Amino acid sequence: MPTIVEVKDLKAYYHTHAYGVQRTVKAVDGITLNIPEGQVYGIAGESGCGKSTLLKVLLGAHKPPLYVVDGSVRYLFDDAQIATLSLDENTLRELRWKQVSYIPQGSMHVLNPVRRIEDIFHDFVAAHQQVSKAESTQLTRTYLRELGLPEKVMAAYPHQLSGGMRQRVTIALATILSPKLIFADEPTTALDVIVQRGVIQILKEIKRREGSTFVLITHDLGVHANLADRIAVLYAGKLVEEADSRTILKKPLHPYTKFLIQSLPRLDDRSTRVSIPGRPPALDNPPDGCRFHPRCPLAVDKCRTVDPAMVAIQPGHRVACHVVTEATEEVRHAATA
Amino acid sequence: MRQQPSSELLRVENLTKIFQIRHGFSTREFRAVDDAAFTLTAAKPEIFTIAGESGSGKTTLARMVLGMEQPSSGILQYKGRNIADLSLGEKRAWFFKEVQPVFQDPFAAFSPLKKIDHYLYETVHNYKMAKKSETDDYVNEVLQQVGLTLAEVRGRYPNELSGGQAQRMAVARALLTNPSLIVADEPVSMLDASLRMSVVNMFRDLKEQQQVSILYITHDLATAYYFADRIAVMLRGWIVEEGPVEKVLGSPLHPYTQNLKESIPQADPDHAWSSEVDLAILDTDEYTRKGCRYAGRCPHVMDVCRHTEPPNVTAQGRTVKCFLYTEEHAADAAPVQSAVDSSNH
Repeated sequence: MPTIVEVKDLKAYYHTHAYGVQRTVKAVDGITLNIPEGQVYGIAGESGCGKSTLLKVLLGAHKPPLYVVDGSVRYLFDDAQIATLSLDENTLRELRWKQVSYIPQGSMHVLNPVRRIEDIFHDFVAAHQQVSKAESTQLTRTYLRELGLPEKVMAAYPHQLSGGMRQRVTIALATILSPKLIFADEPTTALDVIVQRGVIQILKEIKRREGSTFVLITHDLGVHANLADRIAVLYAGKLVEEADSRTILKKPLHPYTKFLIQSLPRLDDRSTRVSIPGRPPALDNPPDGCRFHPRCPLAVDKCRTVDPAMVAIQPGHRVACHVVTEATEEVRHAATA
Repeated sequence: MRQQPSSELLRVENLTKIFQIRHGFSTREFRAVDDAAFTLTAAKPEIFTIAGESGSGKTTLARMVLGMEQPSSGILQYKGRNIADLSLGEKRAWFFKEVQPVFQDPFAAFSPLKKIDHYLYETVHNYKMAKKSETDDYVNEVLQQVGLTLAEVRGRYPNELSGGQAQRMAVARALLTNPSLIVADEPVSMLDASLRMSVVNMFRDLKEQQQVSILYITHDLATAYYFADRIAVMLRGWIVEEGPVEKVLGSPLHPYTQNLKESIPQADPDHAWSSEVDLAILDTDEYTRKGCRYAGRCPHVMDVCRHTEPPNVTAQGRTVKCFLYTEEHAADAAPVQSAVDSSNH
């Protein structure tokens, strides 16, 4: 599977000065990952783990006080290799929506409240292509029909639509120019479950139809289970585990991922679930060594001092944990001996 | 007559809340809660869930139970007394002590400029729950019920606490008046997955150890199934299905509950969805619909559903508001039911 986005040792920090105190928040700290083409790549993590910051940098939309300190992000399209971090504003503008698109969380605030949906689509398309109103309306009508949205919405104002329909219209708007790469930031959060299912349905439909690559950011592992092909788990600004979604959900190795999945309530089981002790660290002063060690029941001395690297335990399954790495090596030694 | 002993903690009957919406000169009625009914018994504390999507009226119902909203019609009794008839003095002296709220966002519930223990002392003082010299001991005792200690939180500001701790503080504050009923409106939906279960488990312990009943308002059926005893599922102001949680969520009867349960995304690739859903296009369509409010989306819709409001039917240990389970339609419904089951698997 060819790679479409390549992230190497990315470090993005927030630098703030207030009242003479300098503060550095290491929101993304040394993340390396490859996003395969044509797949849905899920990024999971709790609030404050750096997933939205990572998305901003991947989109090239970072602004001070967020600075990229180190590392690189490259888009590997068929016809071009683009180093995103060194692009100027005009090139980014050319790239955005046509090649790279973004689905925001709050759909209520994205659509122009005083324009009808068809006019919003026209404004959007006309900003990127030379089209007449009739052409853009035709394009919009065809696309909405393909996605299974009712034609009624075209003449409606945003406030007349239900929340779920608004989010689906926003998704249609973000993808009407057939982008290759789509970043979705919590696209279903704050929606009702049935509406959420409808939104996931439309994302799947777009992927099937256009073959686009999705980067899906959400804290909800249930959404990942239904949509993502691969899942990367972030904790306190670092990647802790990455594998295909079945492995992450069924056979996680990192203690944090294990805890996270065990603590989810299920509809077929009422047995007691425990949550992870402690709380996520503040990112301006993260603990030394492994950032999960203060909450980890398996922590050994090494975890308190040495920061674990991502190690491929199996092909396509990377984990950053000393305990897991050592256990796997022991098994390997035993097998070879 | 005044303090009539009652075995009922909370009695809700034909409870309706109508909001008037004005468009220029015309006024439209909007039934946020329509003919709701359920009862909590005083003898055995329980966790009663009101589940529904946004706009189902669950928060309006909770606000009426808290006495923050006047019902338009119907009966709403707490320990045998009508909440609407209480004077402000009586509310302060008795009702507010008995029924306490916990809201969704703990950081919005506490002022960021005040130390968080201030709220505890203020509540103890206002409701005269302990003598001055015993306040610290009393506060500490209540904090321990939610898994905190006074030493941990004394002098702290809200931003120094994690979301889970702040929500525990909100619950501790509610517990200080020694209430019989806590109305918790989405108490865990702001919390991260890793902290959520600790708060949910705490509610369960409170019910068992402190004998507090909990009215749990939520959209999250998975946590409801995990710790609730009974559940009422709301749709556009109606309670469409009500009964023990194992029954209602274990094998839902109402087509809406079935759809709702099906649509919960499960963190399990073996439970991924296979079928597709229909969504309402406009938000307001369903409130004003004649007949059943789910008729527009229901896969089993019959002619009668489109013009007549469905009755409440008792079936398989729960109440369900659907024509499919009335006697005259039961015969037609049986094959439909099995068709649903086979398409789900």
